[in-house]
Order: sequence, then structure tokens, then C-alpha cells
Amino acid sequence: MTSLNASYLPSSSGLLAPPALCFDEVAFSHEGKHLLGPCSFTLDGIGPTMVMGPNGSGKSLLLRLAHGLLSPTRGKICWSGQELCPRQAMVFQQPVLLRRSAIANLMHALAVNHVPRRERMKLAMEALDRFGLAACAKVPARVLSGGQQQRLTLARAWLLSPQVLFLDEPTSALDPAAIKAVEAAVLEFHQQGTRIVMTTHDIHQARRLAGDVLFLSGGTLCEHTSADAFFNQPVSPKAQAFVAGELIE
Amino acid sequence: MEDNAFCVALSLLVSLDAALFQIVVLSLKVSLMAVLIAAVLGFPLGAAVALWRFPGRGGVIVVLNALMGLPPVVAGLVVYLLLSRAGPLGELGFLFTPGAMVIAQVVLVLPILAALSRQKIEEMLGEYREQFISLGMSRARMMPTLLWDARFALLTVLLAGFGRASAEVGAVMMVGGNIDGVTRVMTTAIVLETGKGNLPLALGLGLVLLTLVMLINAGAYLVGEVTKRRLG
Repeated sequence: MTSLNASYLPSSSGLLAPPALCFDEVAFSHEGKHLLGPCSFTLDGIGPTMVMGPNGSGKSLLLRLAHGLLSPTRGKICWSGQELCPRQAMVFQQPVLLRRSAIANLMHALAVNHVPRRERMKLAMEALDRFGLAACAKVPARVLSGGQQQRLTLARAWLLSPQVLFLDEPTSALDPAAIKAVEAAVLEFHQQGTRIVMTTHDIHQARRLAGDVLFLSGGTLCEHTSADAFFNQPVSPKAQAFVAGELIE
Repeated sequence: MEDNAFCVALSLLVSLDAALFQIVVLSLKVSLMAVLIAAVLGFPLGAAVALWRFPGRGGVIVVLNALMGLPPVVAGLVVYLLLSRAGPLGELGFLFTPGAMVIAQVVLVLPILAALSRQKIEEMLGEYREQFISLGMSRARMMPTLLWDARFALLTVLLAGFGRASAEVGAVMMVGGNIDGVTRVMTTAIVLETGKGNLPLALGLGLVLLTLVMLINAGAYLVGEVTKRRLG
């Protein structure tokens, strides 16, 4: 039972370096339309990694390819580190929650991951408590506020104790207080040693969170640098314009 | 006043007429059993067609949709041929028993439940798919989750199936035979009484049938609304 516990208890992943993500000449096209790449990069720093760029630049696509929701048309995506395919979770722009109570949503995720029935309730309550949702345990997930729903999806991700967490503009529909809560949760994941890969088009949010930045424009990777370098001395003209606050396409 | 259909219906109900009671109970038993069996088979079938991609899937969907309009007499005929002495299942001796009526109604209701649940579940899957894949769920694991999350929509689908089962007369007439006290249900009794010219009794039976269907629908609606309000 010890090994099973280790696989889903969040604290255990803090001891290990997050697995590195490697894109090797990855390209994606759909119905003859070229949408991304080819791009190559390796995420082996501490992060968190912010994927930035204007709408339609391929940010969400890059996340979906990395998470395995889509397969690249060309190129290879690989993970290095202790495992071939690390435990991953993804938080979407629109929270996807089941038509059940908040706690039932978490118990479902645990059931899917083969956590023994008698332990599910306790783990789910702990996760709700950690994300400030203990009072909403019995509330139907879909009547929670937008911020609470997004926190619930983060709590669900927490239960999976991912080594890599992808977030696709998780705060784009939220008010400042809810954004703050979500960002705090993201940093908590980060401190536990989870690799964070998050898309955002909010440059202020990126400044608050980023360790390194992937900058995309028109399906092309323009820049991959540390956050400091990106915000102070962007190299590519597109990134310079983006950081300067100009409206680029 | 004696000939008024409402009075006949009322007096039938008030006097708790034993023969009527038997007919009503058999009608409900047959239709509910048929809907139950069709649901156990049809909902997973609908979910499976929604979930899996296989060659000929489009054909399966078209056939299921088309069979929603299967004429009851055709279903009755097929089941009749299967169950008749010379038929492949003749050994069972099922023909002209309530069991045969249940089978015929399952044939009628199954396509409705499968086709409509396929549609509802496919809609829901569109919303959930990425999250499910992200959670590492196999298609087989998605099925129970989807069926449970679609429960309110499926309740309505179930009612549509029950409506079909309780209203049809052709299939139960052919495989049941409308035998007094054995396979006589409300619809076949109405046909018989109309044929005999006993229109008030036929109409009275019709009113009883309508009331029953109404009550069952109201009950299901209430259960659905209360649960929906509680669970969102």
C-alpha cells in the first residue's frame, strides 16, 4: 500500500525534480491548414513556464500537444527524467465539471485513478479544504461561481498529484480576487515541485508568475528565454512589440 | 348519463372493477418491464455508439434512428414469427403470453432509447472529452460517468420509451392475442370494446389509460425536478 500512497499523495512529488519536456521539430496541421511549428525547445528549468502570444498564435495547441490531447503531425514530443510519461493534469480555460456536487467531482477523479474507496472521502475533503472550498462540498459543482469552479478544477488536479500541470488561460474569465486565488494555487503546485506550463495573454500575470517564457506568434516559436530576459530585453521584434504593449497580430 | 364515457370511466375506477384492475396491472407490468429491459440494453448501446468510432457507425446510427418509427405491427409480426411453434424460439412456448408482449415492446422501445441516448451522450461527450482524456479515462470508463451525468436527459428519454410502449396496440395484439384474463391490456381491450360497439366502455378505458400515463409522467417529472434542484 505504501507505493500506492506515494503515487497520489501530493507531498511525495516535492522531492523529485520535475520531468523535462522536449519538443523536437514538432509541427501540427489540421485539414491541410498549417497551425503550429515546426518548433523545438526543452523545458528543463524550474519554471513556471508561461506560454505567451496573441490569440491564434498556437498557445493552446502547444499545450494540448504537450499534454497528449492531440498528436503532432510531424516531430516528436518526449519527456526526460525519472519516468517516460509523467503524471500530468490540465486545467482548461472553461472549467469542465461533472453534473454532481463539488466533492463528488473530486471523488470521481480519485475513483478513475483507482484510489481505494474508503480513502476517497478523506482525500477529497482535504483537497477542498486546501483550496478554500470546504463549505461548498455538497454544492452542485455547476452552480459554484466561476472562481470557485476553477479552484475546484485545481483541487481535482491536486488530487492527481501531477508532476506536470498544464493550465490553459485559467484566469481569463475571472475577477481579480479569483485570479489571486488561482495564482496562489499555481504557485503552491510549483513549490511542491510540479512543472507548471501555463498559457496567458495577460502580461502582468506573466510577470508575477513566470520563471521562463515561451513566446509564440502565428504558430511560430519566436523566443524561449528566462522571464527576466524576456521582459527586459526581448530579442525578436514581435516579442519587443508585445512587451511594449503594442497590439500585434 | 349511463352512456357518458366519463361516468363509465369514473364508475369503473370507483367500483374497483376486478377485471379492469387486472387489465391495468397487466398493462403497467408489461410496459414497465419492457422499458426496463430496453433501458438496460439501450442506454449502454447508445453510449457505446456515441463513444466508439468503428466502420459502419454512420449506418448503425441511421438504422437506430429509422427504427424509432418501426410500425408496431411489423415488430409484432417479427416477434410472432420468432415465437410461433415453427419459429426458431417456438420451443419456449412464449407466444400468447405476457412474456411475448414484453419482448415485442422491447423491440419497439429499444431503438428509441438507444438512438435518443446516443444523441444526448454524444452532446455531453463533446463537452467532457478533453477533460476525460486528461484524466486518463478509457472509453469503457467514460461510459458509466456519462450515463450518470446524463441522468436527467435519460429520464425524459425513458418517458418517451414508456409512452411508446403503453400506447401501442398492434404488437401486443399480435403476440399476446388479447386473451381475456391472460394477455388483455388496456389498448387491446379498447380495440375490442370499440369493435363490439361498446363505445362508452372503450372511451372509459381510454380515459383510465390516459390518466395512468399522465400520473407516471408527473411522478417522473417531479423526481427529476427535485433531484435537479438538489444536484444542479
